[in-house]
Amino acid sequence: MAQIRIENVRKDFGSFNAVKSSTFTIEDGEFFMLLGPSGCGKTTTLRMMAGLELPTSGEIYIDGEEVGQKPASQRDIAFVFQMFALYPHMNVGKNISYPLRCQGLSKAEVTKKVGEIAEILGITDILNTPVGGLSGGDRQRVALGRAIVRDPKAFFMDEPLGALDAEFREHMSEELRALHDRMNATTVYVTHDQLEAMQMGDKIVVMNHGVVEQFGVPQDIYDWPATKFVAQFLGSPAMNFLDFNGMIGSGGNEVRLNDIPLSVPTSIEGTNGAMSLGVRPEHVRLDDTAKYRGRVKATEYLGTTQIVTLETANGDIKARVGSADKVRVGDQTGLSFDPRTITLFDADTGVALRSQANEGVLNYG
Amino acid sequence: MSFSVTEPAKGTKWIAGFLVISYACITLVPLLWIIATGFKSPADSIAYPPVVLFEPSVEGYVNLFTERTRATPEMLEAAGPADTWYDEIVRERGTIISGPSRYGERFLNSVIIGFGSTLLCMILGTMAAYAFSRFKVPLKDDLLFFILSTRMMPPIAVAIPIFLMFRNLGLNDTHLGMILLYTAVNLSLSVWLLKGFIDEIPIEYEEAALIDGYTRFQAFYKVVLPQAATGIASTAIFCLIFAWNEYAFAVLLTSGTAQTAPPFIPTIIGVSGKDWPAVAAGATIFLVPVMVFTILLRKHLLRGITFGAVRK
Ligand SMILES: Nc1ncnc2c1ncn2[C@@H]1O[C@H](COP(=O)(O)OP(=O)(O)OP(=O)(O)O)[C@@H](O)[C@H]1O
Ligand SMILES: [Mg+2]
Repeated sequence: MAQIRIENVRKDFGSFNAVKSSTFTIEDGEFFMLLGPSGCGKTTTLRMMAGLELPTSGEIYIDGEEVGQKPASQRDIAFVFQMFALYPHMNVGKNISYPLRCQGLSKAEVTKKVGEIAEILGITDILNTPVGGLSGGDRQRVALGRAIVRDPKAFFMDEPLGALDAEFREHMSEELRALHDRMNATTVYVTHDQLEAMQMGDKIVVMNHGVVEQFGVPQDIYDWPATKFVAQFLGSPAMNFLDFNGMIGSGGNEVRLNDIPLSVPTSIEGTNGAMSLGVRPEHVRLDDTAKYRGRVKATEYLGTTQIVTLETANGDIKARVGSADKVRVGDQTGLSFDPRTITLFDADTGVALRSQANEGVLNYG
Repeated sequence: MSFSVTEPAKGTKWIAGFLVISYACITLVPLLWIIATGFKSPADSIAYPPVVLFEPSVEGYVNLFTERTRATPEMLEAAGPADTWYDEIVRERGTIISGPSRYGERFLNSVIIGFGSTLLCMILGTMAAYAFSRFKVPLKDDLLFFILSTRMMPPIAVAIPIFLMFRNLGLNDTHLGMILLYTAVNLSLSVWLLKGFIDEIPIEYEEAALIDGYTRFQAFYKVVLPQAATGIASTAIFCLIFAWNEYAFAVLLTSGTAQTAPPFIPTIIGVSGKDWPAVAAGATIFLVPVMVFTILLRKHLLRGITFGAVRK
């Protein structure tokens, strides 16, 4: 088991820059999520850690050793591919034992080890079946078996649940997390599903266009996004942005939108100009006494809650309120925002202003 | 009445079956003709209208494998009674066996050259196709086009330069020369076919093997080769069929030591009149190896022809 450190890693494919100078650290035993939209460089980053792709520049440390330019076979890691890459010409047992067979273990040792792994994964009864007819879940288990059988320093998984249908994903993700908790192996997991990332991860790094936007524990990233991109990518519906021109000084805790004062966490940075006030839908309350006003445009019933879309002078926002609340389209209503949860962004750069609330969790790559 | 996209209607099935069987019959007639002629007597073999029911004889096969000389009754007397069944057949025609024919040697040459060039072609073709499929080869597209362009004219069009080249290199009438020639002709098709098959194999399989600690070469022969088996088998059949049946180069470049069966079989005619049964016997035996090879690899061939569409 090992700590993995990525320092200033960059990857170019010809003239195309797929990953721009990334830096982050994965602690020993962590379940670490690489999250981002399609094409943002998650797979490329993971493949560089695994040694399937060599970084154009930068260093990768596994267990303190610099491995950036070493081939995959010398890194002692395991990789679970999205399409599982089970060898179709071998049965389940052979697939699982395949990584062991190049290590010169005796037949008895191999059989014993495969038996143990099959036990853990609950696939003892299918060891002798060919992999061709297996269900998605069983293929997934076999792929995991092949990964864990070798006791590698770290596990790398590229959207391992992507090939499964939605219902089964849920189940497998729980199984996967339970397996991790049992083995405590450093795991790096690529996904574009923000829910999966928040559910399963100890830590998340959010990437966009080859740039690490933020990394940290899921709650910090959700509550205190470092950029507007992160704020929008996590959460459903995404964070609301109220765009306005205004100013806030260092130490200030109030901004004025259309001359209506709104409290915000005490700012550390000051700025003057175009800003966005970010607030999550669940922190917006419909409160007729509030000065800030909006008009209900639409409501969306979700069972226990409903999502209300409101039109305001600073753009549309969504509020998540109890489904029992009576809201009618066309209503004028006051809106209040929980001041402890607000993040201010510089509208031009999209970067969050530092405040006493988010200080210390804005980790950029 | 229900309709289905995949299940043809009953009437359609009958028509399809009828068409397939008639087509098979039409293509099989020449083959059956050859096989039958091999077992006819010389008289039956040229009878008109052709005899369909005849008394089978192995004379053609005996003539195929022997050299015979015409013998006067005194010579036959002097030679004493025939001591084998084939001696007897030969003597009934007033001839005696003077020695074995060259058919065996020529057949062996065909086997050595046909299978040898197929093997070499598969080894080189698989490796080249793998490289084209997986690595960044400079000028890859141009090279592939160039390789294919060698098949844009009939190979025999370059017969004269090849003949001169072979003469200067001392490859005329050698097994090595013919193996190299057939390999060169077949290689372009092989590389293209095999590249298609290898492209179909997800690269993740090799990457998984690399991560598991195998070397690139081990990944190639433990993971890629077994999965390319279908493609290799069907490509091998194409190569063998070409090398086995090739006539023009064989006539031009071989005459003795390395002569293959195709240019030899017609020469059987001339020994003693028009010996069609012997020619037919030679052709029949000549068919066997390719047929056996194809039947052995049939399962792969059928799947291979669909170019991986079924494999997943
Ligand atoms: N071998 C390659 N050659 C050229 N460009 C590549 C190569 N591999 C990846 N890219 C490009 O690099 C960018 C990042 O790719 P990557 O596969 O890392 O994205 P990803 O975040 O994993 O996306 P997805 O969610 O779609 O898997 C993409 O624009 C992709 O087209
Ligand atoms: Mg990817």
